[in-house]
Amino acid sequence: MLLKTIILIGGPMKGTRFRPLSLETPKPLFPVAGFPIIHHHIEAAAKVEGNKEVILIGFFQPNEALNKFINQAQLQFKVQIRYLQEYTALGTAGGIYHFRDQILAGKPDYFFVMNADVCGDFPLQEMLDFHRSKPSGTFCTILGTEATRQQSLTYGCIVENKATHEIMHYVEKPETFISTTINCGIYLCSPAIFSPLEIEFKKNLEQNYNCDQDHQRVGYDYTTAPAKEVIRMEQDIFVPLASSGKLYVYQTERFWSQIKSAGAAIYANRHYLKLYRKTHPERLAKNGAGKPQIIGDVFIHPSAQVNETAVLGPNVTIGKNCMLGDGVRVRDSVVLDGAVLQDHCCILDSIIGWNSTIGDWTRIEGTPNDPNPNKPFAKMEAISTFTFDGKLNPSITVIGSDVQVPSEVIILNSIVLPNKELSGCYKNQIIL
Amino acid sequence: MKALILVGGYGTRLRPLTLSCPKPLVEFCNKPMLLHQLEALVEAGVKHIILAVSYRADQMEQELKSVEEKLGITITISLESEPLGTAGPLALAREHLTNDNDPFFVLNSDIICDFPFKDMIKFHKHHGKQGTIMVTKVDEPSKYGVVVYDAECGRINQFVEKPQEYVSNKINAGMYMFSPAMLNRIELRPTSIEKETFPGMATDGELYCMELQGFWMDVGQPKDYLTGMCMYLTSLKKKNSSLLYHGEGVNGTALVDPSAKIGKNCRIGPNVTIGPNVVIEDGVCIKRCTVLNGAHIKSHSWLDSCIIGWKCVVGRWVRMENVSVLGEDVTVNDELYVNGGRILPHKSIAESVKEPQIIM
Repeated sequence: MLLKTIILIGGPMKGTRFRPLSLETPKPLFPVAGFPIIHHHIEAAAKVEGNKEVILIGFFQPNEALNKFINQAQLQFKVQIRYLQEYTALGTAGGIYHFRDQILAGKPDYFFVMNADVCGDFPLQEMLDFHRSKPSGTFCTILGTEATRQQSLTYGCIVENKATHEIMHYVEKPETFISTTINCGIYLCSPAIFSPLEIEFKKNLEQNYNCDQDHQRVGYDYTTAPAKEVIRMEQDIFVPLASSGKLYVYQTERFWSQIKSAGAAIYANRHYLKLYRKTHPERLAKNGAGKPQIIGDVFIHPSAQVNETAVLGPNVTIGKNCMLGDGVRVRDSVVLDGAVLQDHCCILDSIIGWNSTIGDWTRIEGTPNDPNPNKPFAKMEAISTFTFDGKLNPSITVIGSDVQVPSEVIILNSIVLPNKELSGCYKNQIIL
Repeated sequence: MKALILVGGYGTRLRPLTLSCPKPLVEFCNKPMLLHQLEALVEAGVKHIILAVSYRADQMEQELKSVEEKLGITITISLESEPLGTAGPLALAREHLTNDNDPFFVLNSDIICDFPFKDMIKFHKHHGKQGTIMVTKVDEPSKYGVVVYDAECGRINQFVEKPQEYVSNKINAGMYMFSPAMLNRIELRPTSIEKETFPGMATDGELYCMELQGFWMDVGQPKDYLTGMCMYLTSLKKKNSSLLYHGEGVNGTALVDPSAKIGKNCRIGPNVTIGPNVVIEDGVCIKRCTVLNGAHIKSHSWLDSCIIGWKCVVGRWVRMENVSVLGEDVTVNDELYVNGGRILPHKSIAESVKEPQIIM
């Protein structure tokens, strides 16, 4: 059996809520639990027997970081990996249709489609087994999960036949409540899905060429008009396929979350670290003589230098070549490569950017936006950046790359853009 | 010679500290506030001190017995059954104050300065009138009682309490000397000496003033308590006092009781007072703070402009700033941030106090 995996990685204009972390590094390459987001995707995909190729589709310009990542991942996972760049943003299905020849080359039996802005403990093998148990003409199995009634409105909602798990109705971001079962952004497709994709593609072109009025209208803006080749998987493919007997949902209760904001990265960091207990226990730091005190799940890159009086965790990732001084405390935070944390500083619920320096006794603190633990199936709240009266909503503190934070100050619930040299305390602010 | 110290009542402005301890007994720079004044008075020849008190008289009486013995003086508590203001207590203590013809001192209990009692006696006897007020120069006089006087002889012309417009930058420093005859002006009822007694004395030409040299502070509230502490420590430094700490971790002026323990890699000061039996663990940075007896500050914490009450425990990696005050026996858990928090006694803090507030 031949399988392929497609990962939709988007482009620089996507993932803006992840700024300033995504200002320099493409969001899919942002490290969570010590490894880039899509590293975790590829690792899950490579585990499925028969998965021989991973195709990244997006509209980032070719860049060094992406190339380096691809080379490294190929060596590590022993699958072919390549990046196919869309000539323009083609929506969540347009790229798949556009690159159909490459995808179908070698006649794969099935292919996974994974969005790069979700993370989780993906049950890919189980999805495959489930999909194969369904009628042979099935186009697609969607990975679903439970959300609260309120939060489901911000996702794609699925109504299923409880016995067969066929999708009877699908609505993307409804205004009124439809179902608590939501679309996880992970799909398993049969090559047969290209049939509705082709129909949709041709329909759009027909419409485009047959409809003259738009173009002759004064003020028609060619630059912002959607490309005629845009196909949205959810609205254009799933919606009409509901109730056709071709679309199924496989529900999971394992950890799953969107990664839209820095807060979500912290949440994902915590869950991936927890997953390591089962999948990669060697990656988790252990207590020992001459070593810092470790609480809970902590990942420390082997090249990092950490003073033995430091106390780390739970839920901490320390990146490559980081230096942590005497009595440093880090909890529920991600410290990216090259950062320097000086003596006695305290980092809580924050992300410290690449090569930044935090001075002595300084306190960097954020506010986690974790899902409400009292509500079953609650997901991360997608809170807006500002409150209705213009104040910054408390959130994870993000220190951008190459930032100098002086000694003895507090940075609370703030976002600091890269290459900044701070000179005092900041609370609830965005510092440009 | 005698002195009457207006101790007053609940000391509410210095809560939460005064919930556990009467204000005169709260330590200031490692010595009960009252004792600073008592020692200076004794040095000037005062033998009998009357404390005008309206609250917790018995607790004070107990504590002061040992002071009486040590200094060889008599301390009398004059208990007000109803608060009598700033002049009424003088009428209440009339008996004690008039058994000879000597002038007597009257002091507000919250004042800290380089007490000029010997000079006051000289000056008062020289002009021979009923009253002498010490005045001091301040930047913002409208919060206080302002004095307008003849710079040559010191006779006061006008006495204006909390003026709305600028009148003068010399204010009433809360230290007086009166001749016994002056007591005829005061009735035994709640009276304000500033509003009711002084204006009359000024008109009659019976009120003189003398300018205080050096630092002055009313330390009756936490913000001013800390400012006053800085001034006091600076004056200790000027006098090259041997009391100042020069041990490990010192940075500028600090007063550290010999029984306190200070860890490695700390930064103590500038402007820090550490009381007896305090434990400061490794890597702690303290500046502009008072740490009262028996408190324990755990490692890697950072404190600026705080008052840490008796027997408190401050956890590791705690950041406290902006005139935070911990009452007696308060525990602050590890890794918290306390910004301008006032915490009542025996409380355990498990969450950060990010904006100034009172925690009951």
